[in-house]
Amino acid sequence: MKRLGIDIGSTTLKAVITSEDGRILFSKYQRHLSRIPETATEVLSLVKEICNDEEVFVCLSGSAGMGVAESLDLPFIQEVYAEKTAVSRFYPDTDAVIELGGEDAKIIFLTGGFEMRMNGTCAGGTGAFIDQMATLMKLSPDELNELSKTHTRVYTIASRCGVFAKSDIQPLLNQGAKNEDVAAGIFAAVVNQTVAGLAQGRKIEGNVLYLGGPLTFLSELRKTFDEILGIKGTLPENSLFYVALGAALSKQEKSCKLSDIIKLFEKSSSLKKYESCPPLFKTEEDYEEFKLRHKRNSAGIAELDAPRGKVYLGVDAGSTTVKILLTDEKGNIIRPLYTPSVGKPIEIVLDYLKKLYEDFPDIEIAGSAVTGYGEEMIKNAFRIDNGLVETVAHYTAAKKFRPDVNFILDIGGQDMKCFKIRNDLIDQLFLNEACSSGCGSFLQTFAESLGYGVEEFAGLGLFADAPVNLGSRCTVFMNSSVKQAQKDGASVENISAGLSISVVKNALYKVIRIAKAEDLGKNIVVQGGTFLNDCVLRAFEQELGVEVIRPEFSALMGAYGAALYAQKLAKDKSTLITKDEIANFSHKVSNITCNGCGNHCNLTLNLFADGRRFIAGNRCSKPVTGEKTEASDDMYAYKLKLLANYVNTEHDDEKINIGLPLGLNFYELLPFWHEFFSELGFNVITSPFSDRKLYEYGQYTIPSDTICYPAKLIHGHIEALLREGADAIFYPDMSYNIDEKQGDDHFNCPVVAYYPQVIKLNVADVKKTKFISDFISLYDKKQFVKRIKAILKKHFPEKNFTAKQIGDATEAAYAEYAEYLESIRTEGEKYIEKAKATGKPVILLAGRPYHADPEINHGIHELISRLGAIVLSEDSVRPNHGKLDTNVRNQWTYHARLYNAAKFVANAPEDLDIHLVQLVSFGCGVDAVTTDEVRSIVESSGRLYAQIKIDEISNTGAVTIRLRSLMSVLELRKNKKI
Amino acid sequence: MIDFTKQMKEEYTILCPDIFPTHMALFESIFRMNGYNFEVVRDEGKAVIDTGLKYLHNDMCYPAICSCGQLLYALESGRYDVNKTALLFFQTGGGCRASNYIFLLRKALKEMDLGFVPVISVSFSGLEKYSGFKITPGMLKAGFSSLIYGDMLLLLKNQTAPYETNKGDTDNVVKKWIDELSAQFRSGKGSSKKAIRKNLADMAADFHNIPREKKDLVKVGIVGEIYVKYSSFANRGLEKFLASQGCEYMIPGVTGFLQYCAANVETDHCYYGGSFLKLKIGALAEKILAKYEEYIIRTLKPYTEFVAPSPFEKVKELADTIIDRGVKMGEGWLLPGEIAELIEKGYPNVICAQPFGCLPNHIVGKGTIRKLRELYPDANIFPVDYDAGASAVNQENRIKLMLSIARDNKAARAGQAETDGQTERGETTDNATAEAAATVSENNDIEDNL
Repeated sequence: MKRLGIDIGSTTLKAVITSEDGRILFSKYQRHLSRIPETATEVLSLVKEICNDEEVFVCLSGSAGMGVAESLDLPFIQEVYAEKTAVSRFYPDTDAVIELGGEDAKIIFLTGGFEMRMNGTCAGGTGAFIDQMATLMKLSPDELNELSKTHTRVYTIASRCGVFAKSDIQPLLNQGAKNEDVAAGIFAAVVNQTVAGLAQGRKIEGNVLYLGGPLTFLSELRKTFDEILGIKGTLPENSLFYVALGAALSKQEKSCKLSDIIKLFEKSSSLKKYESCPPLFKTEEDYEEFKLRHKRNSAGIAELDAPRGKVYLGVDAGSTTVKILLTDEKGNIIRPLYTPSVGKPIEIVLDYLKKLYEDFPDIEIAGSAVTGYGEEMIKNAFRIDNGLVETVAHYTAAKKFRPDVNFILDIGGQDMKCFKIRNDLIDQLFLNEACSSGCGSFLQTFAESLGYGVEEFAGLGLFADAPVNLGSRCTVFMNSSVKQAQKDGASVENISAGLSISVVKNALYKVIRIAKAEDLGKNIVVQGGTFLNDCVLRAFEQELGVEVIRPEFSALMGAYGAALYAQKLAKDKSTLITKDEIANFSHKVSNITCNGCGNHCNLTLNLFADGRRFIAGNRCSKPVTGEKTEASDDMYAYKLKLLANYVNTEHDDEKINIGLPLGLNFYELLPFWHEFFSELGFNVITSPFSDRKLYEYGQYTIPSDTICYPAKLIHGHIEALLREGADAIFYPDMSYNIDEKQGDDHFNCPVVAYYPQVIKLNVADVKKTKFISDFISLYDKKQFVKRIKAILKKHFPEKNFTAKQIGDATEAAYAEYAEYLESIRTEGEKYIEKAKATGKPVILLAGRPYHADPEINHGIHELISRLGAIVLSEDSVRPNHGKLDTNVRNQWTYHARLYNAAKFVANAPEDLDIHLVQLVSFGCGVDAVTTDEVRSIVESSGRLYAQIKIDEISNTGAVTIRLRSLMSVLELRKNKKI
Repeated sequence: MIDFTKQMKEEYTILCPDIFPTHMALFESIFRMNGYNFEVVRDEGKAVIDTGLKYLHNDMCYPAICSCGQLLYALESGRYDVNKTALLFFQTGGGCRASNYIFLLRKALKEMDLGFVPVISVSFSGLEKYSGFKITPGMLKAGFSSLIYGDMLLLLKNQTAPYETNKGDTDNVVKKWIDELSAQFRSGKGSSKKAIRKNLADMAADFHNIPREKKDLVKVGIVGEIYVKYSSFANRGLEKFLASQGCEYMIPGVTGFLQYCAANVETDHCYYGGSFLKLKIGALAEKILAKYEEYIIRTLKPYTEFVAPSPFEKVKELADTIIDRGVKMGEGWLLPGEIAELIEKGYPNVICAQPFGCLPNHIVGKGTIRKLRELYPDANIFPVDYDAGASAVNQENRIKLMLSIARDNKAARAGQAETDGQTERGETTDNATAEAAATVSENNDIEDNL
């Protein structure tokens, strides 16, 4: 009897029919676009043509196959296991298999200890990730592959999840990085993710087999795996079909006639058992009424055919789209353009201006302004008069539209911005974090991955009868939720509507964190390209139970605001590039690495026809001005300078070299332990300050891929100490931190407290040295002496330290530590005095001591400093509020400092323009508790709060926009007050 | 904080989230018997999760979303008069963010304009006091005994249901016992040492008498974060799923968690000093719990079809081979200790059920697996993340992979056994019942001055 194997994955369906002994007779690979029953029926009909309507053995496999098999009562085999079955049969001498699928990544180790691994919940480096990135670049995956062949450099791109990678890629594209190099970066990211996430310390070597769609279709991806792993992998024949083959070859217990199997699938299409939301529109009439209402509410600004009199140019070069328009002096709109940026914003603006000058040679442009990601570059390229931050642009536009607006929500391609307005002042500001991705490009990516254009896809959802309840989580989770919905038989219509609803839920509950509609006020204006989608607009109104206003030119509001701004600031003549200059315009891009300092920023150099240059990608002003501006009044820089005094990587042959890892709590305790061990006659060596390389050295032993980046970095620090030849590494467990009497308790978070255990259990090489990870605490000096004495005796019995020696070292260590903290706090007080004297704004950048690590904060403090603010840190605020009264359990020392700092900001005198930005490391569970609390303390006094999520992303483009938004709000408020 | 007054005791309904599988019904009886109108909320489904997500920070751990969600959902459901309802929550305290649940719940209530609803926190450290709510020594005693009963029922159920000849027999016996014990509690009985011993013995006999088929099933152990591992709402019917895949599974009892908490007092004293009184209390608690535990072990001794838990001392020893017992946040060292114990008890396939991004589990779960594999090369340990957003497909797929490997390993071992000419494990002895009767009297001999 013939054998049929069907592998239904997240995006494709693969079917194989073999002879009894496993020869392939027919195979078919097809994208199912979430129409699983239909696709299966189609493919099986082809099979039926070949082997008539024979009775065949049948077995299903694949992530989406699981549910299908269950509901149709057909045999099922787990896909990794199926793959192993096929590999053992066709390539028995294989050592390891790497398979990438639509949304899964798997490694099978066949020799040297059999093991099968697949990615957990959160994994980016898969086919869907590559698809998403290709979509972002307006390329097909094949084109991405072709481009990568001619790359000259590889950009570092975070691969943990698609959202983070986007934050890396988007700014690169907008700055003009070459597609070839970005493509290579994407493949490298996938490989690193697979190695770090799945191999986890186990070496992939010997005969390696590459399987699955991405590795079959993308030669450059295979090459990248070969290069990074130092192997030569094999792509076998039928590499797409190994799972299906394994299913066909598996021990078969059930046979059916093909026509019966087809019937089963046909019947299954009527299944519906997922959880749903109420439909968006029940009837056509409902929809018509809704459309009419919005049309009525958004009237007031006219669109004119031709410019008359003085006009103003507004450009919004957003993350995924470019918006351009002109306004006349009354604020009417002329020649609006809304187009995808495709990484080429300059060309788009150029075309627009060319045509404009052609059509209206006598046009009188009296002013111009640009906003958005591409602001700097466009401003430079076309000599636009003014640049402004998006926040101001959107605010200006919304106010023109609705002077009594008290809440604005703008959802663009990548960004979400919300402001509450009270007394004409922006009172509260919400910006999406890197990881709440429910923005326009999210819908677009899904639409395209299901094979639809974005508008068509949105249209599908309007009358969906039972929209899927997809929750409000990040894209990666959303991928699997959509997969689940597909499995449960949800139609594309219902998935489309469900996604729109999830965008809204994400905005409301994750970004704005709101429970009641009343909190938003009466006059709500929603705008941005995403709200052009009627499903999203309707879902928003439904979820909140209110009616909102969407301006007719919703997507153009940024450009409109820019034009209005240009009008306000217009002088006699615009500096905008002239008609003649346009004709000769040229623009060349080259990529260079800045070697001005340790940051090694990837710079893109834009050269224009008239010899002007524009540099992007820099963290400091050195590549522009030739000098690195010395950080001034920046607490993070000051702390690094202090800590640098203790950093030593020199080995001393005369002494015992004791190594201290410069990560997590050692960022604060380094002075303590350095002094303690030096005093006892050790030579203290430390790991260096972190950088990306250091991370990569250690990434192979990280057991949990969802832990915070600061913890992951520790692995690199331990490797560094091992390489420096430490005779012993001292990294104690500390359940408790010092007690500053600010809270109910003085714990460390579980990760800081016990990471030494993870190192001990997972970094095999620490066995080669003396790894000291005993438990100790510092809050009780007496107890400390008792414990450290025992620990020293245990590990250095030959030293016979006397009680006096230990006592002296202890006193010296506590004194050193106190002095370190004191100098930070004294410096902080100096900054504050200075701020009061000069009127300069202060940003209290609140995090943890280890956020001073340049690899963790990615230079965000420098950005703030460059924007003209004094930077304080949470630990530079003297703890003097006593036990704080908080709404949460205040039990961690570092976090108590956050509340203390927040109180400090809230209680600051009027003449101190101080606000708080909280740095949150991705995966920091404790900050799920602290962020709401810190925000509410800060905002209780009308100060501004913003949160920035950080991970291993290195590109700070998105962060810059947010910080600039914040600073511009500060300026607006200040001007208003005067 | 809003006090729970004496008057409230008369008029209010106290709602509690559904945490443990077999224990909650017993707790319910104890509270009711002591004059509280106590009710366990058993709502499930996405609507409950959505309520949690709406009022709690979305990055908060999944157990918080589920359990707080359950209470808030109940309040919103209209089933209760919000002016006559209080909430009750169990708290463990410690350095994990779980110690914040009660605060987050209060905050959510404020946001819902229900700030007047009293929230009662039940914890060992007794952080808060209420004028109308008090756990009396009698309740505590009954509470402890219901823990033991719950653990025993869980164990017997898990080891009987997969083998029962007549589907539903096991569930009926479980139900019978919950009713029986509830009745005993209502009449103020069931928590004396004597009663415990008798009930345990009768329970075991009842389960023993359920007709069984001889089956050779894949044996799976479940460990993990305390809420996710027990709550079928949170783990999306993990047990049901495993049953549907033809597995027998073992979930270590709740008592172990209490023993772990008690044992930490000694370690704390060693590492951080502190009062000797606390040390004494910890030691006493350990001793009491060990006695209870011994009842279970002794009761099960004559039945060869039931695998009894190891004495907790053994779990401590096993944990020591893996991780320092100073790791005390979340499940701490207990988690790898339980994994090792399960493996040694013949459950080499272990699911570590944890909330996505659970902080302690980075350390004690995923962080210890390498070491466990080193110690037990045949161990088949799979961490499974649960989250409000993560789909069941992903979880079930991982578990299916684990089961495929388990079946392979089992077949390999069976092949090995065959060549060695060994036989499968022994059958239930015929005189088990007689032996069990003997155990009751033996148990009676354990001199316990608790």
